[in-house]
Amino acid sequence: MDQNSRGVNRYLILLALIVLTAFVLIGGFFLLQNIQEYKVLMTLFAVVWGLGSVALLYYTLNNLAQSMPHKIRSVAVAFVFAGPAILFLFWALVLPTLRSFALSFLDANGTKLVLFDNYKFAFTDPRMLESFKNNLLWMIFGTSTCVVLGLIIAVLADKSKREKLIKSLIFMPMAISFVGAGVIWKFIYAYKGTGINITEIGLLNAIVTMFGGEAQAWLLIPGWNNFLLIIIMVWLQTGYAMVIMSSAIKAIPEEINEAARVDGANGFTIFFRITIPYIMPTIVTVTTTILIFSLKLFDIVRVMTGGQYGTNVIANEFYMRQFTHGHSGQASAIAIVLLVFIIPVLAYNLRQFRGRKVLK
Amino acid sequence: MNQVKKKRKKTFSKFLIGFVLLVIVLIWTIPTFGVFVTSFRDSKDIYGSGWWSVLPHKDLAKTGEFEIPQETDPNIPITIDGYTATFEEWRKGIEVEKGKTFRWYGNKRSRKIEVFEKKWVGFGANLTLNNYRDVLTGGKVTFKDATGNEISRKGNNFADAVLNSLAVTIPATIIPILIAAFAAYAFAWMEFPGRRPMFIMVVALLVVPLQVALIPILRDFTRWGLNGTFVSMWMAHTGFGLPLAIYLLYNYISNLPRDIFESAYLDGATPFTTFVRLVLPLSVPALASFSIFQFLWVWNDYLVALIFLGDRNRVVTSALAAMVGEKGQDWHLLTSGAFLSMILPLMVFFGLQRFFVRGLMAGSVKG
Repeated sequence: MDQNSRGVNRYLILLALIVLTAFVLIGGFFLLQNIQEYKVLMTLFAVVWGLGSVALLYYTLNNLAQSMPHKIRSVAVAFVFAGPAILFLFWALVLPTLRSFALSFLDANGTKLVLFDNYKFAFTDPRMLESFKNNLLWMIFGTSTCVVLGLIIAVLADKSKREKLIKSLIFMPMAISFVGAGVIWKFIYAYKGTGINITEIGLLNAIVTMFGGEAQAWLLIPGWNNFLLIIIMVWLQTGYAMVIMSSAIKAIPEEINEAARVDGANGFTIFFRITIPYIMPTIVTVTTTILIFSLKLFDIVRVMTGGQYGTNVIANEFYMRQFTHGHSGQASAIAIVLLVFIIPVLAYNLRQFRGRKVLK
Repeated sequence: MNQVKKKRKKTFSKFLIGFVLLVIVLIWTIPTFGVFVTSFRDSKDIYGSGWWSVLPHKDLAKTGEFEIPQETDPNIPITIDGYTATFEEWRKGIEVEKGKTFRWYGNKRSRKIEVFEKKWVGFGANLTLNNYRDVLTGGKVTFKDATGNEISRKGNNFADAVLNSLAVTIPATIIPILIAAFAAYAFAWMEFPGRRPMFIMVVALLVVPLQVALIPILRDFTRWGLNGTFVSMWMAHTGFGLPLAIYLLYNYISNLPRDIFESAYLDGATPFTTFVRLVLPLSVPALASFSIFQFLWVWNDYLVALIFLGDRNRVVTSALAAMVGEKGQDWHLLTSGAFLSMILPLMVFFGLQRFFVRGLMAGSVKG
């Protein structure tokens, strides 16, 4: 075969591939729409289709890029590799951010311009103000407790023989959904009520009555209930803080501690003067992660109290504004406010990233 | 002498540390353990007593009752068996002799006294699998509440929810990983215009809250007729999971030794073949780490499922949340439902803990 016909063959194969890919992608898509009932079959098909069509897509696009003239070939291939991800990110995160921003200046249906009304709402509505206050509580108490407790446990467990088991158990709540955690702690905070021959079935009330106190409907007490909910977050997230900081602590060269001990330092001095400064970057990372988590927190509050009794948080108000009150303008404004709160962390992360020698 | 003192101090501090750790671990595991035990108890027991009563202990058990004469005036101090007390005090219960308590049952008119004695209870507690059966099925279920009334209701069809969770989670884990692996490789080892600004965008997107994206994406899905479908969940979770996936995989792939690629290129391999035959197999630890991460995240997600999937095809989290919303009638089903939602992630977690931790650290340990 001479050069020309080889080239033609190549393009024909390429064309066939493109058609096949499109067929598989779109056909599979429609098929999935229609067999929603047969769950097991559908899942299997979805897995195969998802993997297969993505692989096929990349294969086809790659061949397309490879067949480009030599000068732009390597760039074309790079775009094939990174393109789908970038496009997805644009559709799923970048564009929506801009659109939410636009929506926040419109009215409830997103049709009329209302300028800053939604933002005025976000900063003056009593429920929003309550949410700001609560989120601040979550951020300050929740994060600090997680980090401090995680650090203490990391240090203590380091000195114990059953370290792995202890860390596993403390870390385990991370695998549980927040809804599941809500159920678990609902049983602890349970309140049966007054009456005759009532035995409290909630663990907290049982302990309280055992010591002679009176059982309470804990989650309904304004003020205290926030802290009780924060305890749930601490239960969930301390394991994360502990694991990260534990490995950072283990990375401290033993010679430094030895030298300090020779100089007469005891455990506490070593902890405060050596350990903490050494792992400070890790502490900062963990703190910012949990801080962001406490800002976005939704599930726990929604499941335990639905945001009532003074426990409302920003993410819950966002949900209510959009889906209970149907006001996309106000909801979008709240989302943008959330984003603005996160910007300091974003800036910090970007600065850290620029500092590293990445993408030479 | 100093040696002995030092050793004693060391043993004491070791003991103290061990004790503190034990207390902490107990506090940490008791909540889950409590629900686990409760899920096996009979519904009547759950409403009647705390789960710890399953453990053998000495408690007041009712051993009998009797009636006091009709003429007795409840408004003045009453004498029973030699003890004199007011109505309120009898109501609370008075220990008439060691281990035996009399308590007034009901209101002032009832005149019924119950006898309680301290006995060992908790052995052979009513353990049952009914709660699991009732929450899984979609048909009719009957159970007893605290006062022994029979309640009949439609089952929660949790089995369906578990299937839905699987249907959502597995593709939503696999698809982002593939896409991210390709992108991470490109960022790590290829040159193209816009490489650095694009990657900076990825890093920035790591912390962007979901909430800013939800409403616009919801509008897209409604417009495309995808509302409430599994496809919408896969697309959403892929989008949300990509920043972290790309970041983690980039960290790993960029640390692979350069010579491998050089020799592959020298042998005439295209980037695609290098990727499929070399990079992917070598990146298995990183791929595994992120898979577990994403699996747990998608399985345990509530907000995205609530908004995009809605009521039609509930996953375990939204199904469980819906059960919580009901007025405390079906608490016993809550426990088994909660545990069913936790079994799979817990198994994944304990089985593959190493990879999970490694994945966490890849993004977090600095310095």
